[in-house]
Amino acid sequence: MTISITINGKKYKAKKHQSILTVLRENKIYVPALCYHPDLCVKSNCRLCVVEIKGRDGLYTSCSTKVEDGMEVITESPEILRTIRTNLELIFAQHKEECADCIYRYNCELLKMAKKYEININRFKDRKIGVKKYRLGDVLVMDPNKCINCGNCVEVCHKQKVDFWRKKEVDGFFEVMPNEDKTKNCVYCGQCVIHCPVGAIEAKGEFEDIEKPLENKALGKKVVFMVAPAIRSTIGEEFGLEPGTVVTGKLATAIKKLGADYVLDVSVGADFTTTEEAKELIQKFKNKEGVCLSSCCPAWVRYVECNYPEFRKNIATTRPPHIIMGGLVKSYFAKQIGVKAEDIITVSIMPCTAKIYEITRKEFEIPSTSSGRIRPVDYVLTTRQLAFLLHKNNINLAELQEGDFDNLMGEASGSGVIYGASGGVLEAALRNVAGEIKEKLPVVFVSGLDKAKQILEELKEDPDKYAGVEVMACPGGCVGGGGQSVPTNKEIIKKRAEGLRSIDNQKTIKRPKDNPIVNKIYKDFLKTEKIIKKYCHTNEEN
Amino acid sequence: MTAFIEKLKKSGLKGRGGSGFPTFEKWQTVLMTKAEQKYLVCNGAEGEPGVKKDHYILANYPEIVIEGIKIGLETFEKSKAIIYLKSNYYREFGGKLKELIGDLPIGLFEKKGGYLAGEETTIVSILEGGLAEPKGKPPYPCKAGINGCPTLVNNVETWYHIAKIDKGEYKKSRFFTIGGKVKNPGVWERDEKYPINKLLKETDNYPDFDFFVQSGGEISGEILLPSELKQTARGQGAIIVYNREETDGWELMQKWINFFHQENCDKCTPCREGVYRIKEMFDKKIFDQKVLKDIFYVLDKTSFCSLGKVVSIPIKSFYQKIGL
Repeated sequence: MTISITINGKKYKAKKHQSILTVLRENKIYVPALCYHPDLCVKSNCRLCVVEIKGRDGLYTSCSTKVEDGMEVITESPEILRTIRTNLELIFAQHKEECADCIYRYNCELLKMAKKYEININRFKDRKIGVKKYRLGDVLVMDPNKCINCGNCVEVCHKQKVDFWRKKEVDGFFEVMPNEDKTKNCVYCGQCVIHCPVGAIEAKGEFEDIEKPLENKALGKKVVFMVAPAIRSTIGEEFGLEPGTVVTGKLATAIKKLGADYVLDVSVGADFTTTEEAKELIQKFKNKEGVCLSSCCPAWVRYVECNYPEFRKNIATTRPPHIIMGGLVKSYFAKQIGVKAEDIITVSIMPCTAKIYEITRKEFEIPSTSSGRIRPVDYVLTTRQLAFLLHKNNINLAELQEGDFDNLMGEASGSGVIYGASGGVLEAALRNVAGEIKEKLPVVFVSGLDKAKQILEELKEDPDKYAGVEVMACPGGCVGGGGQSVPTNKEIIKKRAEGLRSIDNQKTIKRPKDNPIVNKIYKDFLKTEKIIKKYCHTNEEN
Repeated sequence: MTAFIEKLKKSGLKGRGGSGFPTFEKWQTVLMTKAEQKYLVCNGAEGEPGVKKDHYILANYPEIVIEGIKIGLETFEKSKAIIYLKSNYYREFGGKLKELIGDLPIGLFEKKGGYLAGEETTIVSILEGGLAEPKGKPPYPCKAGINGCPTLVNNVETWYHIAKIDKGEYKKSRFFTIGGKVKNPGVWERDEKYPINKLLKETDNYPDFDFFVQSGGEISGEILLPSELKQTARGQGAIIVYNREETDGWELMQKWINFFHQENCDKCTPCREGVYRIKEMFDKKIFDQKVLKDIFYVLDKTSFCSLGKVVSIPIKSFYQKIGL
């Protein structure tokens, strides 16, 4: 039902049940809000989004107040200004400014507010100075000195059914900290990172270590960047482009400008993952070996390992795309360019924080040229980190010429690209095996660990309910990943996924089976089951 | 409107938990809200220091409280009741109450958490198994409380008066607690508008020294001078007497602000950070009027719940009337 409201003397249309804040945002009328996130519950904790309502006493938080027909809202008054200023100064007193090494340096909501409202950010002494940081498995770092206690991380972690973050009282304050219950493990999905309004949680080395991969060039190494599917429809946002804008070509140019020797497309790796995972799915189904669970989301894999170990054996042994890609780069590709595996540094550009942990898993290691084993992927940079690196080097992606990925590893099929959004992995596998089996294959795909938990519970009841399950831990899939640009919300995620679909629509080769490079590498390199296992499947004996 | 709610309306009874909301309005809302399950809560959290009236009622008239709840159970179809008690009350009166309850659908619940755990939306959250944090209003608990069911939260004393109203014995009385520097601390039932000075004199508690009074409760109550005692006590009806000469103002203000700092839930910025900044000043015995004014302003205007909104009352009235 449409109603009419007045904002600052001007009439606007609104829908019944909308909050005042939603209507303000739709009409691009600014009110500051930190704890508000469209995908989370309205908590109204920060108390910044206050407005006046004509005929009513006091101030109202616009996030928690619904519009009513004929309502007259005022967003600017001396009272509102005074309130916002003091509350903002109080918030700044919780947040240690480390702007020089913060990923939000180019895009900080807090600083924007400080400037707009001309506040003294140091009116109060920082309250939490000296509180120890929480380091989570060398993947995420939470700095309580920056946390403004909004509770978004606790809520989103609970929504994911992980419940790692929680609030506990210390010295009269309820502070965010890891759960003391040791059965609640962080799975590194990074949803807390992208829902934190002030950068209190970040990926490890999010700022400090981003130069490291390219420093290897000075040591005579070849640096190979490998770009995940979900990056190309997201990273443009960091340079002012609309969410969902596809920037594949510009991205290739930008990375070359940074100094990378080669830029490859992880979607090609995805074509191998699809081929192998589809084989596994069909084999498990035909041999009645139980459900086949997808393996390319490391947060999901860790969630199963921590919470449902009985399903560990059901996870496909097929390696995730960038791991296969890294292995092929350090073997097949290395030979092509005449370089030893040890002299290649692979850098995965990922929408994901859990990938930082994934590359350290021993079962993905591959044989080196000399002796011993090496990691297929040496570094992971998130979408945010790559964007930061580009900004830092004054490379404006939006204005670059279109370039190309290096074609030594060929071009991906459409299947390889849709991997970045929920449902894509399963669809790719099904495209590849279409017509191979006659029976009905019960499959399901979900995103978000809450839904994954439901599926596992269903499987506990009825192990044959599904033959194949695709899970992406982040809502919407990798386009909503914990390494992606901020803000990330449902609407933005949808546009990023549509961006990937548009690439698929333009591809003439839709599935790995029909991709010449895939067939060539199987013919020339992945010739035996033993070699395939070495490069495309987990090796538990490692 | 049922005959009893009509009676309730006529009686003019206001909630005795401190906010003074007309009781019949809550009852009417619960009545009118269709639901498969309705909850009645008898709030015996009595978290405000200096207030002992619910304790007094539970010790002396538990059967009348249960009678009141029974009227609620009869008024609302598909209703269950919960007597929500602070821990020591639970231990002290649990046995007796269980006896009186018999097989009525009334449960006992031991309060978890501190001061805030007596606030009605926080009670709802706790009874749902959630955090001891207030919830946003609307929806009000009487429309959608415990698990979304209409929930009527009334104070112990309110339930007591409900039974009295039903029997036609309600005389617009309330229970006053007298404490602090007095000879005869205790609880007295008097007319709801009874002046503080008259009550102090009658109970042989009127000081023969220079004094001031805190009206309502020992933490959130307003400071009143002897010349202001023709009014009745506010909030939960406690009257605390202080010896003006012997009272250390800093110590008193520190006590208040420490209490708020410890007992708030830290949900909203002004209460979490603002209260801490006042505490910081008082710990160092600094009195920065400008900072205080700004923080009181955001506490009064933007606190999420009523706890934050009362912080300024004792402090402001103390330094305006008594000074440091």
